[in-house]
Amino acid sequence: MTDLRFTTDHEWVRRDGDIAVVGITDYAQSCLGDVVYVELPSVGATVEKGGAAATVESVKAASEVYAPLDGEVVAVNDLLAGEPGHVNADPTGEGWFFKLKLSDPGQVDALMDEAAYKTLVESLA
Amino acid sequence: MNDWSQALGGFKPLPAIGETQTGNRALQIEEPLLFEKDSPGRSGVDLPEPPPHTSRLGNAARTAPIGLPGLSEPQVVRHFTRLSQKNYSIDSGLYPLGSCTMKHNPRLNEKMARLPGFADLHPLQPISTVQGALELIDTLAHWLKALTGMPAVAMSPAAGAHGELCGLLAIHAALDARGETRHRILVPESAHGTNPATAAACGYAVEAIPANGSGRVDLDALQAALDTDVAAFMLTNPNTCGLFENDIIAIAEAVHAVGAYFYCDGANFNAIVGRVRPADLGVDAMHINLHKTFSTPHGGGGPGSGPVVLGGALAPYAPLPWVVHGTEGFGLLEQAAGPAAQALGRLKGNHGQMGMFVRALAYIMSHGSDGLRQVSGDAVLNANYLLAELSVELTPSFPGPCMHEALFDDGFLKGTGVTTLDFAKALIDEGYHPMTMYFPLVVHGALLIEPTETESKQELDRFIAVVTALARRAKTGDAAEWFRGAPYLTPRRRLDETAAARKPVLRWLPVVAAADAAG
Amino acid sequence: MRYLPLTDADRNAMLATIGAPSVDALFSDVPAPARLAAPVDLPTAMGEIEVERALGRMAEKSVSAGSVPFFVGAGVYRHHVPAAVDHLIQRGEFLTSYTPYQPEIAQGTLQMLFEFQTQVALITGMEVANASLYDGATACAEAVMMANRLTRRRKVVLSGGLHPHYREVTATHARFLGFALHAAAPAPNGGEDLLALVDGDTSCIVVQNPDVFGHVRDYSALAEACHARGALLVVAIAEVVSLGALKSPGEMGADIVAAEGQSLGNALNFGGPHVGLFATRERFVRQMPGRLAGQTVDAEGRRGWVLTLSTREQHIRREKATSNICTNSGLCALAFTIHLALLGDAGFTRLAALNHGRAVQLADRLGGIPGVAILNDHFFNEMTLRLTRPAAPLVEALAEGRILAGVPVSRFFPDRPDLANLLLVAATELTTDEDIEMFAVTLDGALQ
Repeated sequence: MTDLRFTTDHEWVRRDGDIAVVGITDYAQSCLGDVVYVELPSVGATVEKGGAAATVESVKAASEVYAPLDGEVVAVNDLLAGEPGHVNADPTGEGWFFKLKLSDPGQVDALMDEAAYKTLVESLA
Repeated sequence: MNDWSQALGGFKPLPAIGETQTGNRALQIEEPLLFEKDSPGRSGVDLPEPPPHTSRLGNAARTAPIGLPGLSEPQVVRHFTRLSQKNYSIDSGLYPLGSCTMKHNPRLNEKMARLPGFADLHPLQPISTVQGALELIDTLAHWLKALTGMPAVAMSPAAGAHGELCGLLAIHAALDARGETRHRILVPESAHGTNPATAAACGYAVEAIPANGSGRVDLDALQAALDTDVAAFMLTNPNTCGLFENDIIAIAEAVHAVGAYFYCDGANFNAIVGRVRPADLGVDAMHINLHKTFSTPHGGGGPGSGPVVLGGALAPYAPLPWVVHGTEGFGLLEQAAGPAAQALGRLKGNHGQMGMFVRALAYIMSHGSDGLRQVSGDAVLNANYLLAELSVELTPSFPGPCMHEALFDDGFLKGTGVTTLDFAKALIDEGYHPMTMYFPLVVHGALLIEPTETESKQELDRFIAVVTALARRAKTGDAAEWFRGAPYLTPRRRLDETAAARKPVLRWLPVVAAADAAG
Repeated sequence: MRYLPLTDADRNAMLATIGAPSVDALFSDVPAPARLAAPVDLPTAMGEIEVERALGRMAEKSVSAGSVPFFVGAGVYRHHVPAAVDHLIQRGEFLTSYTPYQPEIAQGTLQMLFEFQTQVALITGMEVANASLYDGATACAEAVMMANRLTRRRKVVLSGGLHPHYREVTATHARFLGFALHAAAPAPNGGEDLLALVDGDTSCIVVQNPDVFGHVRDYSALAEACHARGALLVVAIAEVVSLGALKSPGEMGADIVAAEGQSLGNALNFGGPHVGLFATRERFVRQMPGRLAGQTVDAEGRRGWVLTLSTREQHIRREKATSNICTNSGLCALAFTIHLALLGDAGFTRLAALNHGRAVQLADRLGGIPGVAILNDHFFNEMTLRLTRPAAPLVEALAEGRILAGVPVSRFFPDRPDLANLLLVAATELTTDEDIEMFAVTLDGALQ
């Protein structure tokens, strides 16, 4: 069991106090195929849960990444600009997208835990 | 060291059978970029000395060199001839691209388009000096109106998507004139990507309408989505599954009942030309891709031409300019005034794709009204023949009859490890361009095949045999690896599109010599 | 019919395979009232001889540019196209190939597009260029919409020297997309204060060089001033041969260049098809409209080309695409590329110098005629004449005498009586001493 939480849109969240790291799941990256470009939000931007926050592109597809929680963007993964392949190779590690300072850390509790997400992914197969 | 010894230096002493010193394979010759063949100062054009004059360029005169390569005429001719030999084309074989109508491009059309009385005319010459050109536009317009039953046609759009823009803007202008602001455009899930993109480019929100089980618009879903906030419904008919929308009259009535307009994407007009007039189906506007139905060449991606036929309610908003019949021959209305006071504005420079108009009219005159009816009949017959014969090994998405194209899904590949893409790529080695793949989006792993009317039965039979053999090979279950590697015999094997997109190299740059870089 | 290979025997055999009684039966999904029983009431099929005769007659009703002294420009220019260009673009492998979505069998088109993009980037002085748009006017509108996306601002300033067609096409988009457009009044004498129209909401200024009245300028200072206000500078170019003689927009600091490429490789064609050129800075590439060819390697590591960054485009991104454009102007771009390959640096700069030299000769000769004033201090191959009487009837009268004298400014601005006496005239490498002399003598006679 990990400390990650998940959304139905296939984002993961790792919370540390009022800071949350956000990325896309292994399932999401495998559906997309080789990621070629990631457009990240600006540091300082305010995002709302469910609102479009980033874009991830493969050769043949472009997908929105939605903010899983309300908050302010305090950091983005600059590594992805030069090496978007990290999203494929290590989606929950080096392939993280952005960090949020949460307005309401309690929102995390509404997200799925790993077991629930695993069930969701299995239902999609 | 001279060039020759440098070239020798790169040679392998003993190439294996099938390999060569040069990488060339007989008629397939490797060709560097123009920029790699440069000798500064050389030119393939001999121009006279400029006359003596005092420069009037002022402080805007160029001072830096540009960096264009210098080549002689024989080098340029050979360069582009070699490049051409790396292309598949309609002239070389069957192009079964669904939704693209890759038919024969008659050379008479090319000859006519080059007549000085059409090609060597300036769009801003006095109107009295271009009467023949305006007559040509008017004659083509007359044919397009007769074939569609519509009272007006906007000739200026430069391509199909540009025609969509024209049609939706005319609808927007008509709604403005009615004092109505509507926000949504409905588009079937199976639509060409240009439909939602165009709707968005006109400032509308796009709402997708699902298909029913028979590959056609779900009329109930459409009716549920229709209200007075809907500006238009965009529909391709015959649709992108290759099927005629048999509820079309009811669809048009439902759209009109809420005061919305019915836009038809005419990409598939080839299936019905001479047999069905869109006006009789309730269509308010439809673009016609002259490069599909009327055989103007695709040219590796363009230029196209997309005249839009308009119903009476939309005709007053047609974009400028308008060709009109005047007291002294043909006239051209270039300003939003007089009869054209409500025109939606201008969509491109000048008067439209004249070169394409000439080709299209030459094609239309060659066929005549009887020949055009034969065109749609033979196009639909050819597609149904493929549907019947290929259904033995492939999985058709919907029962026939189809219209001008036959749609299959990847059901027949299930469990083989072979994908639609792999299957289509294997076709390349057999000498065929792949069919349209993964479109429309409403079936899984789509393979959309459009033979057109200009293929003979013998050619179709050969194609059927090849596709059937490949399907059987895929079904052996141990061919996935082989398919994944295809094609093997092309000038290039599969290209790394991921690398191209991750680190885009979009132009040639001079190689910085090692010594310079070190210095 | 010569283009239709099926015989009646074929048709019957195929219908038997399908299991349909007739071709008409295949159209059973079409509602019966909408099925035409017979061909539409228009002429029937014709052989090549009849088509050639009919269209030949139609073509002869116009006065072709090459048959008379010719000084018409205003965004479309009559240049010499080397014979090799038309030969090569008619090779079936270029003419009759589809968009290069299958790169293994379209390397010819893809490499050509990569060469085209490089040439356009070089002559405009920009970092990247796309694989072409419809024409200069639509490229201009696309440039404005791209500037709006980049700056997230929605106010656009157009120079009064911008070609009226470019302005009108941009205005059509502005009207329906709801962005603000401030078009400066036409400035035939040159000189306009565009910066005064810029504020914190301005996304871009669009200027043209040479402008529609023929004036050439160095826009470096304007570029700097735009950037200081967070706005972009879009430079439109309607006569691309001028780039052989003028400082490039890139050198001046332009952010986007939208140009008409017809002058190289392409005939007048009564206004189309032509070829829109579109170039910008590398950092803006993901907001660029249109196709792009990019370099990569194949499965064996050999260099090759593909269409790339396609996620910007309509077939992937649908309603979120950067533009709805699907077609480029492929074959016209090929003609452009071949012509520019033949010219090279030496030929292109010579061609530009020759155009300028001819235009200076024309200005010197016409400027000496009583009743003719040349409004341009600086120009490339086109200039504005102020006459002592309205230009349009004069041009009609000269056309009667088989001289195509230029474009009356009133053709663009019929509601501006103050511009009625202005005439745009252009010279190119095809203009001869005799043409200039005949024009001058006839114009002199008509004015006195």
